Amino acid sequence: MKTIGQSGTPIEVLLVEDSPGDVRLTREAFREANNAIHLHVAADGVEAMAFLTHTGDHVRAPRPDLILLDLNLPKMDGREVLAHIKDDITLKTIPTVILTTSDAELDIVKSYQLHANCYLTKPVQLDAFESLVKSINDFWLIKVKLPQKAPCV
Amino acid sequence: MPLEVLLVEDSPGDVRLTKEAFRDANSSIHLNVAADGVEAMAFLRHQGIHAHVPRPDLILLDLNLPKMDGREVLAHIKEDSSLKLIPTVILTTSDAEADIVKSYELQANCYLSKPVQLDAFEALVKSINDFWLTKVKLPRQR
Repeated sequence: MKTIGQSGTPIEVLLVEDSPGDVRLTREAFREANNAIHLHVAADGVEAMAFLTHTGDHVRAPRPDLILLDLNLPKMDGREVLAHIKDDITLKTIPTVILTTSDAELDIVKSYQLHANCYLTKPVQLDAFESLVKSINDFWLIKVKLPQKAPCV
Repeated sequence: MPLEVLLVEDSPGDVRLTKEAFRDANSSIHLNVAADGVEAMAFLRHQGIHAHVPRPDLILLDLNLPKMDGREVLAHIKEDSSLKLIPTVILTTSDAEADIVKSYELQANCYLSKPVQLDAFEALVKSINDFWLTKVKLPRQR
């Protein structure tokens, strides 16, 4: 079991987000919520998959404990990234949280069909956004039991 | 409209504690209980005495259950094109790595282990309510 903030092991979070403003806000909110978090950023779907499969520049990328995935991304859509993650025997055990501005029912249903672990919409208000990031930390990185390692392949 | 939660749990003590903790956390929750895996599937498929039950918004699933194991219930839920949309939270006393990994492999939405201490258990139920029933967008489809 990974004991957050006690073992000294950093928590690796992969944020897949193309908006530099949202990346910065998320980074700042996580820094306030939990200083044991290492936030990695992939700016499009292709980069996210390269990070997760340790290819190209990402050969030494750590396996994330949690993925925060936007839906509307350049190069490869978030839905396609999600489908790849949840079809892969080793990647599927990484909790993948959809974090998007869309609150369209179609996007919500499609994400759960593709086995997103949960679906969150980004609030427009800054304090509500910070509070959401804090609740992601409090729930997923403190309460939830995450798998310790990749299953053996 | 009340929030429908299905708790799949065979221990009457844990059922009572969960019911009381949810009542304190959110009065609009309607907690339905299935005491084993077979009853859980009958509830979800509207079979037998469960013909008129609501579709749950959230499922809380214990792993060690009589008649049909929680892992098997989880596999049935996540293989069904309609039921798979319902977020299914594993809530169990086990914190064995094998159970955690197996549950995520079967597409559990998240895995929580039940604390033994009563106040910690109440805090966990409150955080399930605060996160899953307040922050998360659930599918509306019924």
